[in-house]
Amino acid sequence: MNPTLHAVLDFLQTWWAELTCGVVIVAVVPLVAGYLVLMERKLMADMQARLGPMRVGPHGLLQPIADAVKLLIKEDIIPGESDKLIFWLAPVISMTAALTSMGAIAFGPSFQVARDINIGILFVLGVSSLGFLGIILGGWASNSHYSIIGALRSTAQLVSYETAGGLAIISGLLLSGTLSISGIVTAQQTQRVWFIFLAPVGFFIYLVASIAETNRAPFDLPEAESELVAGYMTEYSGFRWALYFLGEYANMIVVGSVATTLFLGGWLRPFPNVRWLNWLDVLPALIIALIGVYSVYRAGKQPVKIQTQFMWGVALACFAVALIYAVPWFVGPLKFVIPGLNGAFWFLLKVAAYIYVFMWVRFTLPRYRFDQLMHLGWYILIPLAIVNVFAVGVAMLIAANTNWNHAVVLLLATIVTTIATLVCAVFLVSWHDRRTESASTASLARDSYAG
Amino acid sequence: MLDSVLFYFFAGVAVISAALMVTRRNAIHSAVFLITTLLATAGIFLQLRAEFLFIAQIIIYVGGIMVLFIFVIMLVRLDVALHHIRFRMKNLVVTLVIAVLGAEAGAIIYYARKLPGQGLFIEKMAPAQNLAPNSEKLAQSLFSNYLLPFEIASVLLLVAMVGAVVMAKNKKGTEDS
Repeated sequence: MNPTLHAVLDFLQTWWAELTCGVVIVAVVPLVAGYLVLMERKLMADMQARLGPMRVGPHGLLQPIADAVKLLIKEDIIPGESDKLIFWLAPVISMTAALTSMGAIAFGPSFQVARDINIGILFVLGVSSLGFLGIILGGWASNSHYSIIGALRSTAQLVSYETAGGLAIISGLLLSGTLSISGIVTAQQTQRVWFIFLAPVGFFIYLVASIAETNRAPFDLPEAESELVAGYMTEYSGFRWALYFLGEYANMIVVGSVATTLFLGGWLRPFPNVRWLNWLDVLPALIIALIGVYSVYRAGKQPVKIQTQFMWGVALACFAVALIYAVPWFVGPLKFVIPGLNGAFWFLLKVAAYIYVFMWVRFTLPRYRFDQLMHLGWYILIPLAIVNVFAVGVAMLIAANTNWNHAVVLLLATIVTTIATLVCAVFLVSWHDRRTESASTASLARDSYAG
Repeated sequence: MLDSVLFYFFAGVAVISAALMVTRRNAIHSAVFLITTLLATAGIFLQLRAEFLFIAQIIIYVGGIMVLFIFVIMLVRLDVALHHIRFRMKNLVVTLVIAVLGAEAGAIIYYARKLPGQGLFIEKMAPAQNLAPNSEKLAQSLFSNYLLPFEIASVLLLVAMVGAVVMAKNKKGTEDS
């Protein structure tokens, strides 16, 4: 055989799983991002007692595709005074960073591109934070005031909240004792608990910090519509804008995956070590099949014939996926696929729940003012995160040196942390308020003298 | 084979973008090329199986320091600054510095090749499969053999940080933001 061909075949044989995962990430994530937008619009509509997109396809199911086509055929405008090279480069950086960082995420026991990378979680965090370079450069290259203000805000926000998020992650890493992603999940299996129950403060800080890092409401100051048009994206249109958007939603999936891996047990199903709950393993197939049945039920109620047909298509797709999940149970040699498939199901379900919380928060809370944002980051979250890391470390030391169960120690530590930090925060806030108050009365006094 | 391909790719990217970084007129373009250089260096670390250094390089230099660089550059009016700063080979100081640096690098490489067992490139690389995970190794040596230097460095950084906060803070009586 031809040696080159042989080498290529050898390469494929060794790396086929990683290659498939990579291709799937690049091919599927844009589609998923589109459907996340649809999910967000539908949720917003639901919370505001509206219907949301209903026109394209049944219940607006084809809306993302219509949007994508619209964005593709839109005119591509590059402002004359902009820096062409960087204007072109910035959205690409933003999206590449988000997609690359997905490479190290384990979507299931075996679905991972960089399988034995033992700094996995740092890789995901580090590479996904490079997306900010795209935002900053894009804001600068547009040569517009709105854009540059958006970019500056985004940098300040990144610097303040990345610190808090990083420290929050440390509390999870202390518990797992490893940086590798599959190692973290396995640690949660062997310790028989999700780390959210041992380090709830850490999870909460990461939740807030990750909302801020993905520039979403209530922290969406870099692109606050009512103040900055669209912030750093103001001058972008058409497909370049779509790349930014894609990067942003991919980033949401990334932070959701990090939180799921660290705090929510990754691909483990609920109670992975309890024998009599083993029937939960059948659940993924059942749930998907039920969605299919529901689609069949809805198909009869569609007003137009083509929409009925489309609904039938959705139902068939669901049944096909359910079949893929169900078949290995009955075919002996295929049994080894089950953990992988179920793992992917649980993982994606948890990520979707995390993203749901993001959307829920977005439609519930009003936007922060910029100084409030900085205040929250520096005066509350970062001290809380530092105290939390310290408390988790001390609790683990105590648990290691005594015979107490370390879950109990950790829970006590969490309570102590929370109380201590709340006291500190109240003290700091009141101190800060008093200072600004006295400063403002002082300046008022000066003004009155001047007048 | 794959290792040397990767090394020459990353090294080439690093050298070319370093040269471009120095020669660009636009400070932001320079910053972008500096980012490319740093990323390529990170790639070399990864190719040497130093995965912790790889990710530390990306997080600290590209994700932290370069973001601050760009932040500062954006606030400077570039069109004003450009008239003052020019890159000219004729400048005696520049030529001298380049010559000295080049001579230094050349000498190091030359002598490193001549001294067997003590030079720079003599260290035999262990096969990748046998290497211990080096974030653990690094942490162990940092917290055992090099604990004192590590603590001194962190105190220094802390002092610098507190100093920056003190300097940035408004003095009493001036306008509060």
